[in-house]
Amino acid sequence: MIEQIVFYLFGGILLLSASMVVVMRNPIHSALFLVLSFFASSAIWLLLQAEFLAIALVLVYVGAVMVLFLFVVMMLDINIATVRAGFARFLPVGITVAVLMVTAMGLVVGADYFMSDTYMAIKSVGSDYSNTKELGITLYTEYLFQFEVAGAILLVAIIAAISLSMNKSKITKSKNPQDQVFVKKQDRLRVVKMQSETKGTES
Amino acid sequence: MITLPEVLSLGALLFCISVAGIFLNRKNVIILLMCIELMLLSVNMNFIAFSHFLGDIHGQIFVFFILTVAAAESAIGLAILVVMFRNKDTINVDSLDSMKG
Repeated sequence: MIEQIVFYLFGGILLLSASMVVVMRNPIHSALFLVLSFFASSAIWLLLQAEFLAIALVLVYVGAVMVLFLFVVMMLDINIATVRAGFARFLPVGITVAVLMVTAMGLVVGADYFMSDTYMAIKSVGSDYSNTKELGITLYTEYLFQFEVAGAILLVAIIAAISLSMNKSKITKSKNPQDQVFVKKQDRLRVVKMQSETKGTES
Repeated sequence: MITLPEVLSLGALLFCISVAGIFLNRKNVIILLMCIELMLLSVNMNFIAFSHFLGDIHGQIFVFFILTVAAAESAIGLAILVVMFRNKDTINVDSLDSMKG
């Protein structure tokens, strides 16, 4: 009973904040409502006993991705009026598509397919059960290769994001790696011949 | 006791809201990226629901990978957005027509 109350509470918050993300005029408000929807879905994931992913969602999404979003939104000087043009024009189309999709998905989800006994046998786990441990064991044995590929994807994303957004203008100071590699001794070092200093001449 | 159809309906509604958001905010690239994040969130919700109700941990592994790919996607998307704003001074999708495709 209490589970259901919590589920409906956070589900309502999730749907409301998702709608606010869509209809808000200011992108900053949209980003903040997106943060709220991430928090609400993290609470629902906790309820579904996916503890590690719930915490990872808050840490990775709210802590990193949404900060990136807010940073970009605040850095760019966006003209809201031009960006919002066409909102009213596309409103009927959007609502029609949404209603169609709700009906289509409702036909699938609302039917009795998912009410069978297969989905009711929830494993009751003891208090010493660790979701993180289970996830880690599966991730590092069965899915080791995919895990490495995910790491490679993140590396590619880092390199792509940095190289795309690097400002290559005149005022930016940067080194040319090619010049550094091909530098010769003569370019950097100058040997000066001079008289050796002897003691007593300095006074 | 939560049942599977309840969680699946929540994911479906979330997905529909984000699809409607893509239709409504066709000019604003930032909101489009946020709607894609919401879509991925609703898919993750379904994965976690099935993982819970089938007692199978593999669904959560998939959510893990989706989170990874979504983070990479939004980072690259925002980088492209910054470059676009630097070159065109706007984030309007309609101004992305220089390739005459």
